[in-house]
Amino acid sequence: MDEKKLAIIATKGTLDWAYPPFILASTAAALGYETQIFFTFYGLQLLKKDVSDLKVSPLGNPGMPMKMPFGPKWFRDINWNIPNAVQAIVPGYESLATTLMKMTIKNNGVATIPELRSLCQEADVKFIACQMTVELFGFEHSDFISGIEFGGAATFFEFAGETDICLFI
Amino acid sequence: MDFNKDLDARGLNCPLPILRTKKTLNEMASGEVLRVIATDPGSVKDFAAFAKQTGNELLSSTEGGGEFTFFIKKK
Repeated sequence: MDEKKLAIIATKGTLDWAYPPFILASTAAALGYETQIFFTFYGLQLLKKDVSDLKVSPLGNPGMPMKMPFGPKWFRDINWNIPNAVQAIVPGYESLATTLMKMTIKNNGVATIPELRSLCQEADVKFIACQMTVELFGFEHSDFISGIEFGGAATFFEFAGETDICLFI
Repeated sequence: MDFNKDLDARGLNCPLPILRTKKTLNEMASGEVLRVIATDPGSVKDFAAFAKQTGNELLSSTEGGGEFTFFIKKK
């Protein structure tokens, strides 16, 4: 059986959206897929050496439950529906939501982004950073983790054209 | 059931039980058996799918007391 192939385009640079590309890529690698992720636009944030500043925003995100990761069960079950107008005006609201999300992630035994990212690299998932976006956003190659390649759309298609699965995230 | 190696994946969530299993299997010889204990309810379907796609044989999959036990024979 020929090795299956998976290509992912990662375009989001928030803590929540950092998960799907790394979860799918690491799992695919474990299943024997040859896997590449092309990081473009805000997705580049996921390749920075320091990803501790990735944030999640509940603002304008009605699908995101706002539940407390601590306290008695009845308290943790409350979904705090805070109006967008209030979220927008409270300084540090995004940082607070991010801290709570990180607690929830830890409580649930979900891996951290640096952990999943290094599991991908250990499993030979190839990371390609979009060189155009690197320049557009004023990044330096030294801002990123080692072991990645820099390329453009043509580089992506060279691999993507031969894949069994191709996802845009 | 006899097994050669044991993996404790309790408290871990998707995709970590599968990733740790794959990593542990890499260190084992063909025909050896790995026992995995997990608490992630999603792992029941995931281990069946993992076995099917990688060719490692899932010898048994059982549940008891909120824990899921899998015996996997390396291809």
